[in-house]
Amino acid sequence: MSELTENMPKKNPLSLQIDPKRFEPASEDEKAQQDVMHASTSFFRDGMRKLMKNPLAVASIITIVVIILMILIVPKVVPYGYDEIIRVNGSRDKTVTNLAPFQYSEKEQAAIAAGETIFPHIMGTDSLGRDYFVRVVEGAKVSLSVGLFASILVLIIGVIYGSISGYKGGRVDLIMMRIVDIIYSLPDVLIIILLSVVLNQTLDPNNPIVKALGTNMVAIFVVFGLLYWVSMARLVRGEILQIKNNEYILAAQAMGGKSGHIIRTHIIPNCISVIIITTALQIPSAIFTESFLSFMGMGVQAPMPSLGSLANSARQGLQSYPWQLIFPAVLIVLIVLAFNLLGDGLRDAFDPKLRR
Amino acid sequence: MSETNKSEYLVEVNHLKEYFPIRTGWGKTTMLKAVDDVSFAIKPGETLGLVGESGCGKTTVGRTLLHLYKPTDGEIRFNGELVTSKNVHKFRKDMQMVFQDPYSSLDPRMTVEDIIGEPLDVHKLYSTKAERHQKVLDLMSLVGLNAEHATRYIHEFSGGQRQRIGIARALAVNPKFIVCDEPVSALDVSIQAQVINMFEELREKLGVAYLFIAHDLLIVHHISDRIAVMYLGHMVEMAEADELNDNPIHPYTLSLLSAVPVPDPEKARANKRIILEGDVPSPLNMPSGCPFRTRCRFATEQCAKERPALTDRGNGHMVACWNK
Amino acid sequence: MVLEQKLENGVEPILKVVDLHTSFSTDKGEVQAVNGLSFNLTPGKTLGIVGESGSGKSVTSYSIMRILEGNGKITGGHVYFNGEDITQYSEKQMAEFRGREISMIFQDPMTSLNPVYTVGNQICEAILLNTKANKEEAKKEAIEMLELVGINDAEKRFKQYPHELSGGMRQRVMIAMALVAKPKILIADEPTTALDVTIQAQILELMMELQKKLNMAIIIVTHDLGVIAQMADEVVVMYGGRICERGTADDIFYRPCHEYTKGLLRSIPNVDNMNEKLIPIEGTPINLLDLPKGCAFCARCTKTMKICMEEVPPELRMPADGHLASCWLNVKEGNYVLDEEVSD
Repeated sequence: MSELTENMPKKNPLSLQIDPKRFEPASEDEKAQQDVMHASTSFFRDGMRKLMKNPLAVASIITIVVIILMILIVPKVVPYGYDEIIRVNGSRDKTVTNLAPFQYSEKEQAAIAAGETIFPHIMGTDSLGRDYFVRVVEGAKVSLSVGLFASILVLIIGVIYGSISGYKGGRVDLIMMRIVDIIYSLPDVLIIILLSVVLNQTLDPNNPIVKALGTNMVAIFVVFGLLYWVSMARLVRGEILQIKNNEYILAAQAMGGKSGHIIRTHIIPNCISVIIITTALQIPSAIFTESFLSFMGMGVQAPMPSLGSLANSARQGLQSYPWQLIFPAVLIVLIVLAFNLLGDGLRDAFDPKLRR
Repeated sequence: MSETNKSEYLVEVNHLKEYFPIRTGWGKTTMLKAVDDVSFAIKPGETLGLVGESGCGKTTVGRTLLHLYKPTDGEIRFNGELVTSKNVHKFRKDMQMVFQDPYSSLDPRMTVEDIIGEPLDVHKLYSTKAERHQKVLDLMSLVGLNAEHATRYIHEFSGGQRQRIGIARALAVNPKFIVCDEPVSALDVSIQAQVINMFEELREKLGVAYLFIAHDLLIVHHISDRIAVMYLGHMVEMAEADELNDNPIHPYTLSLLSAVPVPDPEKARANKRIILEGDVPSPLNMPSGCPFRTRCRFATEQCAKERPALTDRGNGHMVACWNK
Repeated sequence: MVLEQKLENGVEPILKVVDLHTSFSTDKGEVQAVNGLSFNLTPGKTLGIVGESGSGKSVTSYSIMRILEGNGKITGGHVYFNGEDITQYSEKQMAEFRGREISMIFQDPMTSLNPVYTVGNQICEAILLNTKANKEEAKKEAIEMLELVGINDAEKRFKQYPHELSGGMRQRVMIAMALVAKPKILIADEPTTALDVTIQAQILELMMELQKKLNMAIIIVTHDLGVIAQMADEVVVMYGGRICERGTADDIFYRPCHEYTKGLLRSIPNVDNMNEKLIPIEGTPINLLDLPKGCAFCARCTKTMKICMEEVPPELRMPADGHLASCWLNVKEGNYVLDEEVSD
């Protein structure tokens, strides 16, 4: 166009050898072709497309999938149990403790020389002679499940509490939010310590749940259920208050929709993405808390390993066997980082406030 | 609830008041008089335009009329029958609303089919899924939407198309009366005419009555049979559309009309504008007497003392002013 | 050239935009928001840029000021201010230039004022930034500016915060701030869209009055043809990032030569067509992500020809009044003149 304008004074546009046929009216079909509409994309598909374009989020998903696959496959492949002290040919082997990765003890070397196959200790062994790889994987499983269950607990309580507060509004909202403020001001670590002491005294040690998890773990879950849901509740409430301001809620009222209908068809679908994002970000924080508490000696009960307790027991031999700390520590970092990056990626892709 | 009443007006609003309590300090509340003593009536198939500037209460009138806000005082009658918070559900099918913002008034997580079908769901107006689908498609073609778009989400549509979806949703329950709250002010100029024409066609086809709320006087004049002008929660003038345009009486209507930028350079140059001084007072701090007197050129002592009532100046031209 | 003669009486334009291209990179691809735009601005006159959303009218003004968002950039063309190409200015030169030579006011005066400072404080800051005044002088100047833009009780308003002012008052403050350095050009981007009709009338009146007092040129960007009719001496009509038509206000309103302009004028309610049906422009506004190869308006035009869809129409001079329009219909009908012929 610019060229034409510049050249215009010198040239007659009609002398540009324009075919008069091109000045015939265009048919409706030809015109319709100009007015294309893009292929339909749902909110979810559009978000997934954005998520898959984010290299960090994709890397996180791959990391998480690899770790989960490891947790599922390793116990089936490796012939050692996480709480099993390694025996060679049925007899106790004193030299099998604190081996370096891929090292064999003297007895094992002898057995290999005798033609037996012995599965390698990929991450070495610990001070009691247990295969460290299996323990780290089992620790990852425990840490992940704690994170997941704690987050689900937070999700359920936070969403129910937040939705009631947000939807009811007014005085109910005021009182419920002040309770949240009070809970916010309680120091969580202190409460966990106090709770585990109290629960130790009061809980029936024969209760199957307590037996399986240990009082400390029960305390952690109770604390998550009591304290950690508040930020979720605040978030859901804020989101619902915002959704309630939209005119489509008013439109639903004008057409005669009742509360139940409005909550089901409008409010829940519109805040679900924010809830998912927050849950994804809650998982690493729960894993982190669990690891931290286990590291402090208040987490899982021996012999059950968690990444935190593994790191804790590795502290004693830090000078001689640094890998015993490095493996669980690296795994904690990987898991927490992956979930955080995935959460951020989900937010970038799905948060309605960031979309335009 | 007499029979004569029934035949004449579809919607009647008598002395409607809507006050909102506003917290102004520790334990203190002041009443914000969003709508103060407004009365009007609309015949079947008629369009009443409601104009005024932001904060004059025109949107509140529309919403209170549909009992989306509980009226503080006054009565609303539909077909002669009193509408109360208890029986309003009975009228939900007959009175519908089209909103200003085609972005926030449609749920972004629903497909077009579900949005238009929502009122059908609420009132259970179909027996099979196929029937619902067919009804939605009929509505879509009624408002000029392509049936292929039924499965799409609203973020894929332009403002004008979204407003069509909003109108189809309002029409789904076969209403007799629709409150249109600034339905074209968020749309592009070239699209506004499409939507206005559609409103007019639907009125001819379906015989619906509109309360058409807007701030653009030219558009309101074009679509309305009668126009009511509001200022600070009060109605100051009401007349036939052409009459109001040709012979405005209230000083506020006069300045409002002269402030409208006419899309015609020669007329714009010739137009002697009546520029109003100052701003609209806060509705929390309403002037005594006539609400317009603080900006009025003709204000006298009487205006400060007493509020003028709407009086008929002939041919149903109602004006609330002491001096005109 | 004819147009310039008609408008400027031999005065050099103060601002010359030549073949401006601006694009934004988005995650859905490159978006050409302004596509080969040219126009001239005469000193002391008002130019109206009119278009719908997505027409590129606001991006044009942002491009002139070089305040595009991070993902936008000027990809071609020049903007000459008094003969100097400001697209070649460094960021530092530009910072000095903005506010002193060209100022801008925006649609929403609430978000363009900082809520934590008083009105006076913000005007003083603008004065200190753009002139050599000291603090005392700045305060005096600020109060004078407030009076200039028609604010009563300037001393009192000086100490107030933006939220204490009404929308119209805030827009006045914005204008005062924009004019502290007595710029030669004021760009007003939808200055009255957020305001009520009676307040809009006040602000438009004020702008015209200040234009006379300060002898500045105004570029007013709006979608409202009424505002254009009232304010503009010259008009640029844009659609889909391209220019449709430019000429004096009378040329555009009374002798439109582009199908889009004609359609637009037909579709707005006027005092004369109150009881007739409006004639709308059919179709939906253009999506800048898939601009057609040819004329941007071809999908909605009632007289589309094959060539419209294939080639961008050239800007041609109209024989009746010498304004410029880019429509193939004029070529078909021979409704154009070449500049050589006219100047003879």
